[in-house]
Amino acid sequence: MSEPSFPLTFGLDTFGDLTSENGVPSTHAQTIRDIVEQGVVAEQVGLDFFGIGEHHTNDWPMPAADVALAAIAARTSRIHVGSAVTVLSSDDPVRVFQRFSTLNAISNGRAEVVLGRGSSIESFPLFGYDLADYEELFEEKTALFAEIVKGGPVTWRGRMRPPLNGQDIVPHLDAPLPVSIGVGGSPHSVLRAARHGFNLMLAIIGGQPARFAPFSQLFIQALAKLDKPRLPIGVHSPGHVAETDERAKEEFWPVYRDIIAKIGPSRGFPPPTPEFFEREVGPRGALYVGSPETVAMKIATNLPVLSANRFDLKHGMPGMSQAVLLRSIELFGTEVVPRAKELLENAPVLPG
Amino acid sequence: MGVDQPRVAVLGAGHVGRVIARLAAEAGYEVDVATTQQPEDIALTVEVMAPGARVRLLDQAVAEADLVILAIPLHRFATLDPALLEGKVVIDMMNYWPEVNGTLSQFERADAGSSELVAARLDQARVVKTLNHLGYHQLDEEAAPAGAPGRRALGIAGDDPAAVELVRGFVDRIGFDPVLIGGLAAGRRLQPDGPVFGIPMGRVDFERAMGLVPA
Repeated sequence: MSEPSFPLTFGLDTFGDLTSENGVPSTHAQTIRDIVEQGVVAEQVGLDFFGIGEHHTNDWPMPAADVALAAIAARTSRIHVGSAVTVLSSDDPVRVFQRFSTLNAISNGRAEVVLGRGSSIESFPLFGYDLADYEELFEEKTALFAEIVKGGPVTWRGRMRPPLNGQDIVPHLDAPLPVSIGVGGSPHSVLRAARHGFNLMLAIIGGQPARFAPFSQLFIQALAKLDKPRLPIGVHSPGHVAETDERAKEEFWPVYRDIIAKIGPSRGFPPPTPEFFEREVGPRGALYVGSPETVAMKIATNLPVLSANRFDLKHGMPGMSQAVLLRSIELFGTEVVPRAKELLENAPVLPG
Repeated sequence: MGVDQPRVAVLGAGHVGRVIARLAAEAGYEVDVATTQQPEDIALTVEVMAPGARVRLLDQAVAEADLVILAIPLHRFATLDPALLEGKVVIDMMNYWPEVNGTLSQFERADAGSSELVAARLDQARVVKTLNHLGYHQLDEEAAPAGAPGRRALGIAGDDPAAVELVRGFVDRIGFDPVLIGGLAAGRRLQPDGPVFGIPMGRVDFERAMGLVPA
């Protein structure tokens, strides 16, 4: 099987992480304005994509990511804007399509959707869904979303939503709306992406990135079995860039430690130790924290192993200052990305 | 087959099942993977992610197995027919973890661990609790040969000595240090609110955290 080449793309993702100024946590409203600013700067420094992941907590006050994305779209002209992720299971596929097709209209065809559960399970109790139904909700709603994205009147019947009988769902798209499925560990979700012809986005937030290579292989082989063309594969991982490795770690470690310790009990993460952090930051870990050269090397090492053509850095952590974040964005766009491209273009092509 | 080379059936091919199936196949076991789906629906997943394991129908896989591993979400457990597992050694690696997977009223019990409730329903099986207290991603990348420095420990709790012995050998061979912690009731200490859940540890640290040796 020959490996088609997709353009290398580089993006930035945020979960709406609460920002701070001079050590004081910002309000939710200020955080949202800061994130809009981050999206605008992301375009200025040449990035291809800015993504916002839906969250519903005090540390991540970002339930209406599409509204923030629309504000970014109105202030930019080239960068793509999308979700990272949209928690489709606790949403209505019709409404999700309507919001993102509206975003696609506002942005002149720059909208994207990444569907998934993410780590945001708060939306389930908030909207009255049962976590035990997660798999069935996601399966059914993804199938409906795939029908809607095709365009034309939709007739559909399922268990999780009232039926549709030849209804026209507007606004119609006049440019494609790329759809990905975010996968954190479920092979079923990889097969689901292949079945619907959606792109694959690997969410690698801990451990060895190479551990995800079998997911890429599963995706590629599933597409081949379905006689579908090869589709892009992306990687989403957390990180932070500063002038030196030491500075990046100093800026990232305290906020990372505090937030993991805070959310860990409900998500099964142990409180991180300095040794754990060093391992995650090192070549065999999932955190892209360091100088531009360190981060570029890590990206250039991992993308070929994962048969991926896209890297989205999930930047920021609750409590980081907007000034530090903007400098990280600038270094990512102006130094990491050109260097990673240079390294990747000179890298041997691995078989798909 | 018997005790020297038990035949393994992994029930589930999701996050967890595919990892256990891979580890067991790499350790040289004959491994069958089965779900409630048709075999062709999981064939590619198993072929790519657990090379060497075979996909079978659920009842066939269980019938021929010496060791059955429940790698399904706990909320699906109610759909499993207990009669199927009669006489089998069963590893329960499921967790009751309401924050992540939702509330299940039958597991909202202060007086019994989740594996004791599983064993009560599978009353003709010999249930052993292990493999539950590390995440699938940790199991995926932390397996190591016997004697490797820092090799991760897995606690094993069960009431049937022969079943525990079979499981002890399995845990060791797939790459973890087996630590017998007592009967199934002791397995409550391996649960999500316990001292070792989600924290990879070597044997010494594990035994200390569990209070098996003085701190």
